[in-house]
Amino acid sequence: MFAYTIRRLLMLIPVLLGMTLIVFSIVHLIPGNPAQVILGETATQEAIQQLEQSMGLNESFFTQYGFYLADLLQGDLGSSLRTKSDISHEILPRIAATFELTFFAMLFAIIIGINAGIISAWKQNSWLDFAAMIFALVGVSMPIFWLALMEQWVFAQELGWLPSSGRQPSTGQIEPITHFYVIDAILHWDFDRLIQVLSHLVLPAVALGTIPMAIIARMTRSSMLEVMKSDYIRTVRAKGSGQFLVIYKHALRNATIPVLTVIGLQTGVLLGGAILTETIFAWPGLGRYVYEAINHRDYPVIQSGILVIAFLFVMINLIVDLLYAFIDPRIKY
Amino acid sequence: MKLKFSFLVAMLLTLFLVLAACGGDDGEDSSSDSGSSDDGQSEEQSGNDGEESSESESGDEASSGDGEDILVYARGGDSESLDFASTTDGESSRVTKQIYESLLDFEKESFEIKPGLAHDWEVSDDGLTYTFHLEEGVTFHDGTKFNAEAVKTNFDRWSGADDTYAFEDEGYAYSMYGTMFGGFDGDEGHVIDSINVVDDHQIEFQLKRPLGFFLQNMAMSYFAITSPAALEEHGAAINENPVGTGPFKFVSWERDNQIELEAFEDYRKDGQPKLDGVVFEVIPDNSSRLIALNSGEVHIMDGLNPDDAAGVEEDDATTLYTRAANNFGYLGFQTEKEPINDATVRQAINHAINREEIAEAMYAGYAQPAVNPVPPNYLGYNDELELYEYDLERAQELLAEAGYEDGFEIDLWTMPVARPYMPDAETVATIIQSDLSEIGVSVNIVREEWAPYLEKTAAGEQEMFMLGWSGTNGDPDYFLSSLLHGDNAGSSNRSFYQNDEVDELLDQAKVATDQEERAELYKQTQEIIYEDSPMIPLVHSEPVLASLSSVQNYVPHPSTSESLAEVELE
Repeated sequence: MFAYTIRRLLMLIPVLLGMTLIVFSIVHLIPGNPAQVILGETATQEAIQQLEQSMGLNESFFTQYGFYLADLLQGDLGSSLRTKSDISHEILPRIAATFELTFFAMLFAIIIGINAGIISAWKQNSWLDFAAMIFALVGVSMPIFWLALMEQWVFAQELGWLPSSGRQPSTGQIEPITHFYVIDAILHWDFDRLIQVLSHLVLPAVALGTIPMAIIARMTRSSMLEVMKSDYIRTVRAKGSGQFLVIYKHALRNATIPVLTVIGLQTGVLLGGAILTETIFAWPGLGRYVYEAINHRDYPVIQSGILVIAFLFVMINLIVDLLYAFIDPRIKY
Repeated sequence: MKLKFSFLVAMLLTLFLVLAACGGDDGEDSSSDSGSSDDGQSEEQSGNDGEESSESESGDEASSGDGEDILVYARGGDSESLDFASTTDGESSRVTKQIYESLLDFEKESFEIKPGLAHDWEVSDDGLTYTFHLEEGVTFHDGTKFNAEAVKTNFDRWSGADDTYAFEDEGYAYSMYGTMFGGFDGDEGHVIDSINVVDDHQIEFQLKRPLGFFLQNMAMSYFAITSPAALEEHGAAINENPVGTGPFKFVSWERDNQIELEAFEDYRKDGQPKLDGVVFEVIPDNSSRLIALNSGEVHIMDGLNPDDAAGVEEDDATTLYTRAANNFGYLGFQTEKEPINDATVRQAINHAINREEIAEAMYAGYAQPAVNPVPPNYLGYNDELELYEYDLERAQELLAEAGYEDGFEIDLWTMPVARPYMPDAETVATIIQSDLSEIGVSVNIVREEWAPYLEKTAAGEQEMFMLGWSGTNGDPDYFLSSLLHGDNAGSSNRSFYQNDEVDELLDQAKVATDQEERAELYKQTQEIIYEDSPMIPLVHSEPVLASLSSVQNYVPHPSTSESLAEVELE
């Protein structure tokens, strides 16, 4: 398994290099000169030229790519054209913000999704099954921005139970250590703060977790139905095991493999694709960072941002692959 | 057995929901003391008194209970940079206006000039020498002294006369300086000849030729004074470590999230600022931002949807503001192309467009139909001219006169982005399309990405197009010369309008130093433009914003950057 992990990690290098070239080319094919976009309609010709020069945009495509790659190999993600700050310095808090949100969204999705899937498989064709699957269908086709706004309106404005946006109250912010505010609050040993941070997580996590929740529920159901029909389950039943043990001890473990795949993929998707949720809940995450960069034609940020997202995606897939072996000892690498 | 299991699952679900809900309730209670700067104390308190104390502290979320008045200002986007001179971003100057001060300042609700860091100033009769008398005893936030040398250091930095702090290699460029002062050191158009430090509190600007709006420029937040010591200390990182003389001091900045400022105790005006601090928070979505206001999480929100304005006004808990118009959206003509090279055709189109309808439909009434390509209340705004009447018969007559009784086909380019002067260009284009079909002109709507849109319209590829202009220094020259002076054809003059008479009037007005004389010249210019119709001004929009009713003395400035020094929380 160790050798396998190393091999997978080494394979990352050509994958990521190829990605940089593709992303770099695509980004430069987007019509529109970043200097023009940054300066807007009131820009003078001279100002645009001056800015192009100071941003190094008057160099050829390959020169620009060469510079970018050379910096990247030294571990330098470059600096933003728009804010002039180091991207590595800008991107870390955003990765943390996105991870935290994704973690809680997936926690919500997994707990509700797997249990809903189990119930509907177990009570196949009962009203519970139909209810759970209609719930899942609604979830999977829910427009997230609508759900998010409704959540804000009901729970923040009308009921006043939960804060509507941001990661923590605006005033008196936490001193960041890891930028994972939940962890930071614990490190500061500040439980009021921990509760505040968690309360800010509830609405966006539910909004973001709804679609994965529905997908997981459907996958669990079909996977469980298949496993429940297998011979070994019949044997377990024949031995007189109770239904609960049959499902949670014997069936679930084998039904988990495809569900795990879905969980891994969905986690990857959420890491980079949570733009809508991050926008509506003012969550300063990775998706919004890249999205803003695209709007401003901030080439280095687009490139490095996508690179980081791709890296995270690949890493999560690796972790999922390794988890297979733990769940099913028959799988060996 | 079966029953037991479903019971267990139900319990699990309930547990999760309860946990979630609990988190919410407690969050409400404890966030009220979040304003306390003394975390240790509040922790101790809740430790001793348990639940009671956290309940008794509950209250309004945004205003903190411990005597600290911290205002939370919510906006749609983050600042690009806190180095005001190297950006043209309005979200940046909104914040730097609190940290920095310029030699002069604008009045609260207009672009009239009042003293800033200079309490007095003189202009020589030839309009070539400006002498500023600076406030004494002013210190920067880092404790260093503000003096004439500091002013010179800043201007030399922007003009390139001294590049110690220009940071060109780090990608810094000072485009607003170039636009406002006609270029940079060594350029022919650069208007500043030399800057002389007379003594510690007196500085003299020598111009190459008079500039009618020099004082207006000096009041812009783009030309505020940074501490030279801070430039030395932070270098190119000055954009993240601003040090000025303004009412608020920079504390921290978390990108795309919030910028935190605190009151500067040694501010030169006694009793100001009234707040203990300001937090600028980013909430990108307009509706979410309004929800955050309504639930008391923020005090002021910019960028209200005009459709939501009525609700804000009705609600006792919130106050509605309108920002005075400082822009206009227009329908432009590429005046070198047929048939719109003919002024009669342009007038015909002018008569066929129903501006009242556009103002009502697009801005829920928070816009005025525009007559001139200058905002009202500007110096020399010509209020004798009246709106081109919406009159289809007259339009058709004019078309016939020009030889187009059967109409013609024409392209209309539509901008793809929302701007304050044009929140939804696509819809306005559709209205124009249907208006013009009434007089037999069939309009093809052309769409283009924003950057190519700007590049191609500057190159003159369009026929009719939509765009607008926003003011910065409050001077009509910035509107009229940029948009309609022949010299700017092919850059900001996308109408390619060339009229010698207009050019001459604008040139005269630019160098005149008597403001009444300038006003007269601009009035004449507007008359010619009115007749010639190289563009059709559509509306001046009046952006709306909202605050909680506890916010006092907040006055939105037309430039979008207002000082919060006098704002109070009840």
